[in-house]
Amino acid sequence: MTTTTPIKYTVKVTVNGKPYSAEVPSYRTLVDFLRYDLGLTGTKETCSIGVCGACTIMLDGAMTASCIILAVRADGADIQTIEGVANGDELHPVQEAFIANGGFQCGACTPGQIMAAKSLLEEIPHPTEPQIKEWMMGNLCRCTGYYQIIDSIKAAAETMGKR
Amino acid sequence: MNDFHFHAPETIEEAAALLVQHDGNAKLIAGGTALTTLLKQSLVQPEHLVSLHRVKGHDAITHSEGALHIGALATQRAVEKSDVVKKHAPLLAEAYRRVATVRIRNVATVGGGIAHADPAMDPPPSLLILGASVKLMSAKGERTVALSELYVDYYETTMEPDEIVTELEVPDQPAGTAWTYIKYLPRTEDDYATVSVAAIGELKDGMVADVRVGLGALGPTAIRASALEDAVRGTSPTHESLKEASQSVMDIVDPIDDPRGSAGYKRDMSAVFARRAMEQVLGVATG
Repeated sequence: MTTTTPIKYTVKVTVNGKPYSAEVPSYRTLVDFLRYDLGLTGTKETCSIGVCGACTIMLDGAMTASCIILAVRADGADIQTIEGVANGDELHPVQEAFIANGGFQCGACTPGQIMAAKSLLEEIPHPTEPQIKEWMMGNLCRCTGYYQIIDSIKAAAETMGKR
Repeated sequence: MNDFHFHAPETIEEAAALLVQHDGNAKLIAGGTALTTLLKQSLVQPEHLVSLHRVKGHDAITHSEGALHIGALATQRAVEKSDVVKKHAPLLAEAYRRVATVRIRNVATVGGGIAHADPAMDPPPSLLILGASVKLMSAKGERTVALSELYVDYYETTMEPDEIVTELEVPDQPAGTAWTYIKYLPRTEDDYATVSVAAIGELKDGMVADVRVGLGALGPTAIRASALEDAVRGTSPTHESLKEASQSVMDIVDPIDDPRGSAGYKRDMSAVFARRAMEQVLGVATG
């Protein structure tokens, strides 16, 4: 068996308002592209099959699992990741709420939780508890448990509603 | 994952031409939520991927001439949220709402889901009993195939390798038809069903004017329980009569052991949930 160079493509994207470009193998997933090619390691990969929610990003405005999207498929896309949530040193109300309400411990799932929660509040500014549970059921957490996450989202909704 | 040539055509016709050009060595990819996981496990190793993400159109959801027309590139989330679908086929809106999570439904397409032919997916039992059909196109032309003629085996359909799903068509149901979709989930809400049952039914003067039952996750394809429907149609249903009639579904299911339950358990549950679904749509108090 001879080793051949994999087929590569240049992928250009906008991430959090900034343009990026890299040449990557055809099989590069979007989460690997963000982490290894662009150095944006805030987005985490855990299950790798689109189930756990750790790799949640916004792709052209839609909440998406970046572990089951190919980077080449995202060429030309507008992407938002956890790195773009805070405004400089000023945290987003969802981030503040997760801190104030104990919404995380180890933090591995947190970037995905924050992205999903933010996306929920953009679509439903004042979600009921069943709506929060239905939306967030695809974001798994193995340490904090879910009550604090639900509390965090309720608190964020309240803060954001007052602004 | 092996590497591949990635094509991003801008029209369905170009996509169809690429499938012919790379005959047998190309796979279509739309949302990719299912295919990417298969690629990652090297369960499929195409030399060419033809992505439909740049194709414009083919995602409209409309109603005309007594049927819903859903473009194959509509996302599953769009179907779930569509007022047109909720009005004309509320069962279908509910079936798509139960697929995985918002994150998956935002990307996964209607056509991709149908062509993937996973018998544990949520929509197929509903599509079967609603009498849905799909429009397929290839470089050779177009044809329409009923869902009942589409599924062959696990992940296998009667589609040719160069055919593309372009539209899902769902005929209107008579006014006054009740519907339900029961997804039995002993583990987590976003999981594939252990057993799923879709049913529609209509009572007239206490007699069953119509009842239709579709079963999911219970064999190599979604299954329509036609013998059960025939046994119940025209009867005056009770909990006991539906319980007895439902036993027949255990003969037509062929489930497998997996972490969602043993084959024996799923077979037992197929009768239980077929009965409950019929009780719901026929207004029979559960015993």
